[in-house]
Amino acid sequence: MAINTTLEALSDNGFGAAAAAYTVALICSAVEFSSRRTAATRSAGREYATVGAPGALLTRDGTPGGVPIVPIAGAQAGIGHIGRVGNEPKIPWGERFGKAGLLVTILGFAAHVFSIVTRGMSAGRMPLGNMYEFTSLICATVIGVWLAVKLRQRALGIGVFVLIPVVLLMYVAGAILHTPAAVLQPALNSYWKWIHVTTISISSGILLFSGVASVLYIVRTRWEVRGARPDSVWAKLPEPATLDRIAYRTAILAFPLFTFAVITGALWAEVAWGRYWNWDPKETCAFITWVIYAGYLHARSTAGWRGTKSAWISVVGFASMMFNLFFVNMVISGLHSYAGLN
Amino acid sequence: MSVRDDTHLRNDDQLDAPPASAPPPPPRGIGAWVAFARNIWRQLTSMRVALILLFMLALASLPGALLPQWNLNQAKTATFLINHPTLGPILNRLGFFGVFSSPWYAAIYLALFTSLIGCLVPRTWDFVKALRAKPVPTPRNLFRLPHQAGVAAAGEPEAVAGRIEAGMARWRRTRRSEPAGVLTISAEKGFLREVGNLVFHLSLLGLLAAIAVGKLLGFEGTIVVTEGGGFCSGSPSVYDTFRPGLLVDGTRLAPFCVDVDSFTAEYTDAGQATLFNAAIRYRTGAAAADATGTDGWTARNLQVNDPLRISGERLYLLGHGFTPSFQVTFPNGEVREASQTFQPSDGNLTSEGAVKFLNPPGYTGDEVRQHQLAIVGIFAPTAHSPGGVMTSIAPAPKNPGVAIQLYRGDLGMEDGASQSIFGIDQRQVDNGKLTKLTRANLMVGESMTLDDGTTITFTGYKQWVQLQTSYDPAQGYALIFAITLLTGLMLSLTIKRRRVWYRIKPGPDGGSWVEVGGLARTDQAGYGEEFDSLVDLARDRPPPLAKPGSSR
Ligand code: HEM
Repeated sequence: MAINTTLEALSDNGFGAAAAAYTVALICSAVEFSSRRTAATRSAGREYATVGAPGALLTRDGTPGGVPIVPIAGAQAGIGHIGRVGNEPKIPWGERFGKAGLLVTILGFAAHVFSIVTRGMSAGRMPLGNMYEFTSLICATVIGVWLAVKLRQRALGIGVFVLIPVVLLMYVAGAILHTPAAVLQPALNSYWKWIHVTTISISSGILLFSGVASVLYIVRTRWEVRGARPDSVWAKLPEPATLDRIAYRTAILAFPLFTFAVITGALWAEVAWGRYWNWDPKETCAFITWVIYAGYLHARSTAGWRGTKSAWISVVGFASMMFNLFFVNMVISGLHSYAGLN
Repeated sequence: MSVRDDTHLRNDDQLDAPPASAPPPPPRGIGAWVAFARNIWRQLTSMRVALILLFMLALASLPGALLPQWNLNQAKTATFLINHPTLGPILNRLGFFGVFSSPWYAAIYLALFTSLIGCLVPRTWDFVKALRAKPVPTPRNLFRLPHQAGVAAAGEPEAVAGRIEAGMARWRRTRRSEPAGVLTISAEKGFLREVGNLVFHLSLLGLLAAIAVGKLLGFEGTIVVTEGGGFCSGSPSVYDTFRPGLLVDGTRLAPFCVDVDSFTAEYTDAGQATLFNAAIRYRTGAAAADATGTDGWTARNLQVNDPLRISGERLYLLGHGFTPSFQVTFPNGEVREASQTFQPSDGNLTSEGAVKFLNPPGYTGDEVRQHQLAIVGIFAPTAHSPGGVMTSIAPAPKNPGVAIQLYRGDLGMEDGASQSIFGIDQRQVDNGKLTKLTRANLMVGESMTLDDGTTITFTGYKQWVQLQTSYDPAQGYALIFAITLLTGLMLSLTIKRRRVWYRIKPGPDGGSWVEVGGLARTDQAGYGEEFDSLVDLARDRPPPLAKPGSSR
């Protein structure tokens, strides 16, 4: 089975194009973000319209993050910006940059998908045989999730924060992890392995997105606790309730997928190494990540643990996922690196 | 939250309720102990403690990932201990190099699972009760609910109620009447969510049980077999290493025999392996028990990722290497053949080992021990010897060669101390009992001659494979519980529990006034749209945008 170098070169070009596009999109969305009106102005009217009765605020969304907070944000809206709406330019520059950024992200995503597909074709296998390849898939997943979320919530202005980790990972993948396409060791070439690595990468991507939303949630609530200064950049972040909902919804999408990935990993281990669970460092770390996310879901229904505390748990879970992906692979090696024979 | 939601089973609002005001006088004697125990139990089964135990479990697993573990890599662990002379032994005593079998790890997960049982039993009970109960009565003040609306509807309350119920086919609901002609409808759905949650948590218990049974009743044995050789399982002593489960005494291994005919490895030009294949024959059951019989053999290729499953046991191909063979002609003219497995020491399969002749022919009495012979050195499948130093430059046997050092004298095998089969006892050389002779690099067919006329010919090689037999009677159950766990989890995370209440009051001129209140236990925000369409049910004509699927 030879490597098709033409396709491999095409794939590398696609990857480069995607990385460049994401970088441009990052700059555009940074401009967009910094020129945004504050979250309070945008959402106050809508939020209050559906919730009529006093007291209803307290339980909206089930997040007490909103308890002392939403009214303050509302107050900001009332004080600061009422008069401003009239002097807006027709299409504000920020919005134009936002649109351009989104367009470039979509183009970059297309190039990225192309890169992944051609990479797989060049090696005649799933493009998930090494760290470069699965980092690339993780990035593509994050962007895919972001685009899907954006499709539903056009006004959501967190693109810059989604793109920062993606661009970072793209450069790490392209500059440090990149390896020529190659055939695989026999131990890695198993049916279960493909399912396992694909689902692990996709769920990692979704959890990365979820982690970003949780970080923003923490930042935004901290801003509110510290007095909600309207001139701070953090005032431009979406409402905590929105961020929390995004973090939660993506997490409950990713968590079963991750669970499935761990199970298929065990099935693969049974076939390849003779035991379905070996407690090798990668498995142990995946277990830790799983337990942390289980803790996150638990915390959300435990009084006194909702809001910022559970957001922190999600961030820790996300950190442990990244730790597993990079540190464990590169520094601590387990069965996964020697992978059977030789 | 102002509305207590009784049928949302065992939610933490209950658990976190403030302690009953005016506590009863503290009991004494046995009563005090019972109260104490009950209090501990209540604590242990609370969500908060479950959460803390989950974090403790994650934290306790961490050293298992960061520190070398005995069961995974003994050499690495031993090196770590040598490199950390003060900290190492302390950590070792505390079980940090065997985290997953340490008592403190067991303590955490046992506490967690006790908490789980304590949590699940009442929840399951509550759930069964709630299944049979009617939806809870409509709260007096619907406007204190997170979702609420009031609409004027055409028609008498009776007609309106009928209309609403007609639109709620998939809800559990009940109608009640209040004084002054007021009707109420209470409805709820999403019970499967609780089912999913219970199934998920029960599966965790099942999974733990399956793992435990595997640890008690399973075993693993590894054995190295050279091409042309074979083994019959049946007793642990057959294996080179045998790891029995706690309740395995080794008397009940399934009888089967395996012969290894040949082994092939394929590589790319760059030396990356693409295929490992051992051609084996095996037989089981009665055929295997009859050692002299020759029938019942089945041929099969054993490959990585493709274990042989026989009689509930599994046979894996785990490793491979080379077994060089030598022919030695002793001074008295007698010829001996010998071959020995060598141990791979690098990715190109440069392998190290020793061939020992303990009973050289032509000698008697003490002379025997003075003339024992050892061939020590390396085997290189693709030999490359710049400046006479041989290494292997590729893992495939394209140009096999050996670089050997000869020793004669007392190998020191009689004193009972076990020796590595891959080398000689260096102390025998140091104390002069074993003499270092010449060395040579030989390709297949080449010979060397020693000072006493002994000639040594490198006649070729065979390949060996390392096989592992694994047995875990409970792994199928582990898989089943993993599947139910995942199913329960998906049910629990996708299905939403919702409740809605209508209070329909007779209005002026034959119409009605309908108050609607809605509560979602999880994911309140997602309820909005659906709640709106529920409100629309009360109006007399169907709302323009009512989606048929939206009531799920
Ligand atoms: C053995 C470790 C445990 C793990 C890995 C675990 C995991 C989870 C996960 C992932 C969820 C969210 C999914 C769902 O709602 O079904 C959950 C929910 C829940 N767990 Fe656990 N759990 C464990 C132990 C416990 C214990 C000991 C309790 C009782 C104190 C408990 C009570 C609950 C409850 C009440 C919910 C439902 C929360 C809700 O309805 O939103 N769990 N658990």
